Amino acid sequence: MKAKDRSALFTGLTGAAVWAILATLALILGISLAGGAPGFSWRLLAGRPGRDMFDIASTGLYPMIFGTVSRVFLMTLFVVPAGVITAVYLSEYAPKRSWATRFLRSAIENLAGVPSIVFGLFGLGFFVGFLGAGMDGLLGGGSRFGRPALFWASMTLAVMTLPVVIVATEEALRSIPAGIREGALALGATRIQVILRIVLPQAVPGILTGAILAVGRAAGEVAPILFTGAAFSTDGVSDGVFDRFMDLAYHIFVLSTQSPNLDRTRPLLGATVLVLLLLTVTLNLLAVFVRARMSSSTRTSH
Amino acid sequence: MPTEDPSPVILETRDLSVTYGANRALGGVTLSVPSRRVTAFIGPSGCGKSSLLRCFNRMNDLIADARISGSCRLEGREILGPGVDVTELRRRVGMVFQRSNPFPKSVFENVAFGLRVAGLGGGSELEGRVERALRRAALWDEVRDRLHSAAGGLSGGQQQRLCIARAVAIEPSVLLMDEPASALDPVSTGRIEDLIRELRRDYTIVIVTHNMQQAARISDFTAFFYMGEMIEMDRTGRIFAQPKDRRTEDYVTGRYG
Repeated sequence: MKAKDRSALFTGLTGAAVWAILATLALILGISLAGGAPGFSWRLLAGRPGRDMFDIASTGLYPMIFGTVSRVFLMTLFVVPAGVITAVYLSEYAPKRSWATRFLRSAIENLAGVPSIVFGLFGLGFFVGFLGAGMDGLLGGGSRFGRPALFWASMTLAVMTLPVVIVATEEALRSIPAGIREGALALGATRIQVILRIVLPQAVPGILTGAILAVGRAAGEVAPILFTGAAFSTDGVSDGVFDRFMDLAYHIFVLSTQSPNLDRTRPLLGATVLVLLLLTVTLNLLAVFVRARMSSSTRTSH
Repeated sequence: MPTEDPSPVILETRDLSVTYGANRALGGVTLSVPSRRVTAFIGPSGCGKSSLLRCFNRMNDLIADARISGSCRLEGREILGPGVDVTELRRRVGMVFQRSNPFPKSVFENVAFGLRVAGLGGGSELEGRVERALRRAALWDEVRDRLHSAAGGLSGGQQQRLCIARAVAIEPSVLLMDEPASALDPVSTGRIEDLIRELRRDYTIVIVTHNMQQAARISDFTAFFYMGEMIEMDRTGRIFAQPKDRRTEDYVTGRYG
C-alpha cells in the first residue's frame, strides 16, 4: 500500500470512529427523548411521590432531583479541597524521586481503576460502619450517624472521584513555569505564600476542570450510594445530611426492576431517564460556565 | 582585589565552593564586592559565575543536590549557615533573572508582591512605594495608565524593567542580575544598561553577563571566571586594558569563549 493510500485509509478510519460515537450519542438522546417526552411535565419535576410511585399520574420526582443535586454538591465540597491539597503536596512538597512518592502516585492511579461497587462497599464498611457507628459510640444516644445517609454517600463519591481532581490539579500546577516560582521566592516570599498567592490562583481553571470531570462521573453513579445512603422511598425530601435520601439514578433502577406493572411504569421510567440526562447535562454546563468565567478573569483582571 | 576604592565591602566570600551532585561548579572563590558599585562577573558558559551569584541570595537551596562550602558574608554576617533566615536574606538581596518572569497578575500587583508578602497590606503607602519603584525602573510613564492590566501585555523590555521594579520595590541593599539583557533587542538592552547606571547610586549591583562590551560599559569592577575558578578581579578598565592573567587577556580579546 502506498503511503498516500495509507494516509487516506487512516483519515477515513478516524473519521468513521468519530461518526460512530456521535451516532451512538444521538441514538441515546433520541431514544431518551422519544421515551421521556410524553410523560415529561413541570408537575412531574416539582411534585412528590403520591399514592403510587410507579404511576406517572400520581407521582413526582422532586425529592429524587433534590437528592441527586445534594449528593453531587456535597461531594464537590469534600473532593475539591482534599484533591487540591493532595495535588499541592505531590507537586510542591513531596520529594520527586523518592520511593514513597512513587508509591503514593501509583496508589492514586489504582484508586481510579477500582470498580464503583467496591467503593459502595467500602463506604458502607468504613464511613457508615466505622466512622458513623464510632461517632454514635462516642456520643451515645442511639444510632444517629451509624446508618446510611446523604453525608456518607457523598463522602463515598468523593473518595471515588478523588483521583480525577488530583490528576487535573497536578497537571495545572506542573504547567506553571518554574521561573515564576523562582521570581516569587527571590522576592522573599515563603513557600506557602508562593503556593497561595501565585501557584493556586493560576491553577484555578485546572482545578475546575477536575471538579467538572468529578461531577460528570458522580452524577449518574448508583453503585457507590446503593449501600451508603440511597433510599427506596422516604417520606418526602430528606431533612438532613444524616438522613437517607432518594436519588434519581437509583430511582431509575427501582422503577425498572421493582415495578409491579412495567407497562404502566414505562412512561414514568422514560421521563425519569430524560430528567437525569437533563440534570447531568445542566450540572456539566454549569461547571463549564463557571470555568470559562474563572479562566477569563484570571487572564485579564489579576 | 580593589584596594584603592574607598567604598566599603558589602559582600565577601572566602574559599566558596559549589558542587551539583558530582560536578564542581565553583571551586574556592575568595572575593569582595564593594558597596554601591556595579560588579560584573564574566566568563564562558559553565564557568560558575551564575552559581556564585545564586549563593548570594541562597537560590542554590532550591536545587536538591547542591552542596556549598566556604563562607559568604553580607555586611559582615555569615549567610550560608543553616540558621540564616533565607526569606529575610532574599529581601535584602534582590534578583533579576535572565528571562523576565512577571507574575500572571497586573502590573501593579507584580510590583506590590514583594511588599505584600513582607506584610504591607495596602493603602496609600503601598501605592506610593509601587509608583516609586516603577519610576526608579524608568517604567512609570509607560505603564501609569495601565497599572491594572495584565503584565503579560507589556513588551519584552518592559517586562524585564517591571522585574527590576519588582526587585527594587522592597529596597534591597544588593541587586543581583543574571544576564538581564541577554534575551532583549539592542534598544531594550540600552535602556536596561542606562537603568543599571542609574540604580548604581543607591544599590550594590552584581551582574552576570556574557557580553563583554556590556561589562565594559556599565561596571566598575569585573571578575573573570574560568572553569569554576575566579581568575582575577580588578577595576573594569584594568581587566580590559591590562589583565594580569593570560587567560583573562585571551577571553577579553575574544580569543576564546
